Amino acid sequence: MTAELFPPKGNDASALLKKADFLKPFVDAINVTDNQRASMRLGSMAVSRLIKEMGVEPIMQMTCRDRNRIALQSDLLSASALGIENVLILSGDHPLNGEYKDAKPVYDLDTVQLLTAAGMLIKGTDLAGKNLSGTPSFCLGAVVNPTANPVELQIMMLEKKINAGAVFFQTQPIFDVSQYEDFLGKVRPVTGAQKVRILPGVALLKSAKFVKFLLGLPGVNIPQATVDRIERAPDQLAEGIKICAETISRLRGIADGVHIMAIGMEEHIPEILRQAGIKSK
Amino acid sequence: MIITVQKPLPEILDSLKDYDNVFIVGCAACATKCQTGGEEAVKKISEELKKAGKKVSGSAVLDTPCDIRVAKRDLKNVSAGVFLILGCGAGVQSVEKVTSAPLVPALDPVFTGTVERIGIYHEYCALCGSCMLAGTGGICPITRCAKSLINGPCGGAVNGKCEADPDSDCAWALILEKTKGKGILKDYMPPRSFIKPKNIGRHKKTTL
Repeated sequence: MTAELFPPKGNDASALLKKADFLKPFVDAINVTDNQRASMRLGSMAVSRLIKEMGVEPIMQMTCRDRNRIALQSDLLSASALGIENVLILSGDHPLNGEYKDAKPVYDLDTVQLLTAAGMLIKGTDLAGKNLSGTPSFCLGAVVNPTANPVELQIMMLEKKINAGAVFFQTQPIFDVSQYEDFLGKVRPVTGAQKVRILPGVALLKSAKFVKFLLGLPGVNIPQATVDRIERAPDQLAEGIKICAETISRLRGIADGVHIMAIGMEEHIPEILRQAGIKSK
Repeated sequence: MIITVQKPLPEILDSLKDYDNVFIVGCAACATKCQTGGEEAVKKISEELKKAGKKVSGSAVLDTPCDIRVAKRDLKNVSAGVFLILGCGAGVQSVEKVTSAPLVPALDPVFTGTVERIGIYHEYCALCGSCMLAGTGGICPITRCAKSLINGPCGGAVNGKCEADPDSDCAWALILEKTKGKGILKDYMPPRSFIKPKNIGRHKKTTL
């Protein structure tokens, strides 16, 4: 069971740390996003370390968008030196979708190459083949989007990321469990023999307005029936919590875990889990 | 060809503010095709400069201003207070080799374009120095994927459209369609090299 928190714009992490402390009994680890939505935020590495100091297991997100291969590898070593072990590697939302549209999109390495680089660091050398003094240890993760078309490309990327060393995956939010089941069936030939864990994402649809916002984001697909349920509900937040809990209970039998994206409404995670019939740790 | 767009007139006038006796250099190659640097464009900007109180001492549309030999041949006897060049940066810097007069570019070069028709250009080639089109069905992921990803798509594509520009097709969806899953699709592509070959045929990349 994982959740995610967004570092603030500014150096005051107190609100985030309070949320992390609150979530501690309910989740196994918390993702810390890396300049999410291509906006400038407090860094993922610093916040990952801060929550680790509180006894929360961080998953440091790392995008390929803002750093070249020198900075990416250096930051992996830095994270390791700070005791951070879980790293989730993503491409990162394009700068055009954020608040710095003029910024240079770096993508010097792509996700498969960055996973490969991290794997080399673990084995004691960097991408240039130079030996390291002190080798990091990482649990490497990546993302896969079960709702993106064409699905063949997502399966191909999943396979490439597994071959490059990813051992866990988190997904874009799933609103259609049968679609996810379908996807799992398709990726089984790829994941079956490997010790790979996929945690489907679930998002809390807190309002009809928020549903509209989500539908505008890259790679998000919400069935019309779910959109209608939220729109017609007298208490949209309560309905959103119910839908989220239902999704989790339906995923329980088929998924390796769940990644909860409450997007600013983390205080409702305990209630979601309670309705889904999941006891806290 | 090199696609160029004209800079806004106020910017050009500002760059010219300390000079007079403007000699306008056009380009009979790419900039003419682009309608930014041919006879008509030269005539138009000449009139605009005069209207703004500038003295235009003359003009010439060079066959290929980006060829230093051509620039030397056509401009060696020209005396000008300033050269205003309606060409790409390669043209401006070729003229720089043959004159000590100040230079002002009138155009912004934007990309190497594949021409559909006049005014419709596609940025398909980045002149990256290491062409991978053989493995991608002739579709370049460096230019046509917004993130220049060479191992496959990101998770942001929706129904084959790009997350950075929903009007554009996801390059990887196109590559899959074109190659039917063959080519480099399943291969691990190592990080790209950003060093371009130094020797191109018998010629050096940058000398003179």
